[in-house]
Amino acid sequence: MLKVENVSKVFRSGAFGGKKKRVIQDVDFEVKPGEVVSLIGESGSGKTTVGRMILRLTSVSEGRITFDGEDISALKGASLKAYYRRVQGVFQDPFSSFNPIFKVGRVFRTIRREFLGDLDKAAWEERLSGALNAVGLEVAALDKFPHQMSGGQLQRLLIARALVLDIRLLVADEIISMLDASTRIDVLNLLGDLKRQGLSIIFVTHDLALGNYISDRIIILQKGVIVEMGATDKVFGDPQHPYTRSLLDAVPHLHELWSEEELKDLGLVADTARFGGHLIEHRENHLVRVYS
Amino acid sequence: MLAVSDLKIHYRTLAGSVKALDGVSFSVADGEIMGLAGESGCGKSTLGKALIRLEERMQYVGGEVRLDDKVLPIADDKAMNPYRFREVSIVPQYAMSALNPTRRIGRMIDELLDARGLKGATLRPELERRLAILGLAPDVLGMYPIELSGGMKQRVVMVLSTLLDPSLLIADEVTSALDVASQKKVAGALVEFRDRGYVKSMIVVTHDLAILAQVADSIMIMYAGKLAEKAPTRTIVEAPAHPYTRLLLGSLPEVGIRFEEKRLPGIKGRPPSLLSPPVGCRFRDRCPLAFGKCVEEPPFIEIAPGHQVACWKADAHAQG
Repeated sequence: MLKVENVSKVFRSGAFGGKKKRVIQDVDFEVKPGEVVSLIGESGSGKTTVGRMILRLTSVSEGRITFDGEDISALKGASLKAYYRRVQGVFQDPFSSFNPIFKVGRVFRTIRREFLGDLDKAAWEERLSGALNAVGLEVAALDKFPHQMSGGQLQRLLIARALVLDIRLLVADEIISMLDASTRIDVLNLLGDLKRQGLSIIFVTHDLALGNYISDRIIILQKGVIVEMGATDKVFGDPQHPYTRSLLDAVPHLHELWSEEELKDLGLVADTARFGGHLIEHRENHLVRVYS
Repeated sequence: MLAVSDLKIHYRTLAGSVKALDGVSFSVADGEIMGLAGESGCGKSTLGKALIRLEERMQYVGGEVRLDDKVLPIADDKAMNPYRFREVSIVPQYAMSALNPTRRIGRMIDELLDARGLKGATLRPELERRLAILGLAPDVLGMYPIELSGGMKQRVVMVLSTLLDPSLLIADEVTSALDVASQKKVAGALVEFRDRGYVKSMIVVTHDLAILAQVADSIMIMYAGKLAEKAPTRTIVEAPAHPYTRLLLGSLPEVGIRFEEKRLPGIKGRPPSLLSPPVGCRFRDRCPLAFGKCVEEPPFIEIAPGHQVACWKADAHAQG
């Protein structure tokens, strides 16, 4: 369905944009219908940039991204609108996605005006209550102001906003990082239910436990390069790349304590980045970057 | 050592006063790292802030705070000044906003120390030594905050906050905005500074129980402005007695738990409004064990040495 083919991103920096900085290097993966793929990495790994390129919020420098075989960079006007009918994003801070002086229902009216103008009132209301139902909210919630709702509720509203459009792919960029443990799990369970109904999700996160809970496949990014990818149980169950291992070691567990040396080890994970190398198939559905 | 008794802090709002901290008593021993956890709005950050500086809309209503057997004048902003930084210090949630973006870090620290009547230059060697302990080269003092990663900034602020060896350090959500690798380093730094005696006791405020399980000696769980449970870390993690603590722990997706195999339940409902909190146990609307007696407020009592709980059913469930 969605294919990211050898995509690179180069940002220009410095005075007059004379310097170039490559933040994404040959990223290549595919998302199938009903699949949850997690993009995992530290800050600066480029995971958000990949999500933004898929949403066309940032252009692709090299390579291409296709959706159902169509290159998304060529879309404009009506065809771009049709793309956004199928692909939507939800971001980290739900409070900044709403205008605080309007009631939250406004985002739904905007969606209707922009995308679903042809729907009559009854059909629209049915669709709206269906989407709100799916996220466990009632229509009455639309009459509230953003400050009257919790972060988890706002985040669920934003997911409902995407669902109104019958989307097929949701790009969820750190959508639960700002939420409490108890609300986190509500939103994660919601994503799991939506996946069962056939929605594909790209789940961008730095939290490996959350990625593990929800995803079918994991992509580990280090400094814009995929170092390991594959089925969740394979990548997390038997990680091959040292970077994946060090990330997993840094995840705190409730029942398994770090030793004193481990806790006080200040080795800088990001500094172990190596350039070059290529991905090889370690086994079925498990790719690892090797350096020769 | 810190001893807080019956502390009450309210927020003034147009709709009335929000009872964010409604009679809280506990103590933190020397050398103890106490974790403070709960959902947003439970009062954990209010408690952390109240011990160092009341914001304008925060209103001191009652209670006493003693640090090393002296009463901390927390209600009196001016009288608190000599204690801040020297006796009580804080590492705020967003270290990025604690550093002046227009100054090199070293210069900012010097200015700050000068403003406190200390000579920045005389403390420089100690500053560099402590930065090195946390894996930061002295070069960072010549850099601007923008040149450092979030985790590095957090560690710089930690070194600065503890430079005068305060008796109490409040770490407010210091790991929340960081990715796992930086999170672990900041967590390690907290323990390192306690072990070296730079800080006597610490209150680590966070909603991340897994981090607390690694670094804290004891954990205190708050719910809706009240204490729900306090116990040594292993007890909280392995044998929690309050139903809220159990549900909180049960909603953590640990590596190895998958949605497909095991759907975690979460906690139904939301915490009550603190404008007019319900009578009796504040958790009873969401509690799976609630029964008739919960309309009376359960006392915060000790059910085992060092293990206090506010729940009528705590005894019966302490074992399970």
